[in-house]
Amino acid sequence: MSPLPRMASRVIAWACLAIAPAWADDRPSTPQRLHPAYVAECASCHLAYPPTMLPAASWHRILKGLDQHYGVDASLDEATVRQLSAWLSANAGTGRRAAVAPPDDRITRSNWFVREHRDIPSAVWALPSVKSAAHCPACHRGAEQGRFDDNDLVRPPGLTPAQGRAWSD
Amino acid sequence: MNARHTPHRLVRHGTAALLALTLLASLAQAADTTPAAQLERFSQLAGRPGDATRGQAFFTARHGGEWSCSSCHGAPPTTAGRHASTGKRIEPLAPAANPGALTDTAKVDKWFRRNCKDVAQRECTADEKADVLAYLIKVTP
Repeated sequence: MSPLPRMASRVIAWACLAIAPAWADDRPSTPQRLHPAYVAECASCHLAYPPTMLPAASWHRILKGLDQHYGVDASLDEATVRQLSAWLSANAGTGRRAAVAPPDDRITRSNWFVREHRDIPSAVWALPSVKSAAHCPACHRGAEQGRFDDNDLVRPPGLTPAQGRAWSD
Repeated sequence: MNARHTPHRLVRHGTAALLALTLLASLAQAADTTPAAQLERFSQLAGRPGDATRGQAFFTARHGGEWSCSSCHGAPPTTAGRHASTGKRIEPLAPAANPGALTDTAKVDKWFRRNCKDVAQRECTADEKADVLAYLIKVTP
């Protein structure tokens, strides 16, 4: 290999290494240890969404309005709210995905969420086995463990062959 | 003998493991009460015993809103339910099907407060809570 392409390949390799942490930061990974109050209070009704899926500003607004939490009373005592606030602030999304608070502070209205699910027909969201875009484990087998990889998807029961195309793409 | 395997160490490790298990168990289920004690508490507040038939009617009826208790907990609530808006699995509410149900006073109070507001747009009365508890305790798979 002549010196010039070798240098170019080194530059590319270093560039990749430099970019990698930024990618990692944008991944919706679940912290290895979820706060016990987060699991007990939030994950009773829905998945323990990885806190990186929303910016800190969204989490703070959500905690302030728990008595009217997307149509449900999810109110908590002040001490628990304080614990959750500190933990969510420390673990909230900070990368590109979390740069803008989504409308209504809904994960499902984030640009990245809409983009990554654009091929899912609306009839699929309405399947009884899916029910809601908030029900991640209907398709993401590893959602409870914070894994949302495209290569670890399950087909929810009731999917027609045509609807299933998005799963094999 | 290797210092790592002295009996003293083993006892200490055993104690630590036991403590960790106890802590985990307490986190999973506080268990400071029994379903019967909760029924007694609300029956006393109501000034009459809970009525399972009235409890069943309350549990399965909508009270002017979109949901009934059974929208999420099922009817009868002896198998796992699903949250009406998120689809999340909810463990069975009937103690006959779930030994951990209704065994934590704070949880009983918290969920009655929240869920009555979602179903009835108000907090439930002691009479209603006693009736629902009587029904939940009576219902079997």
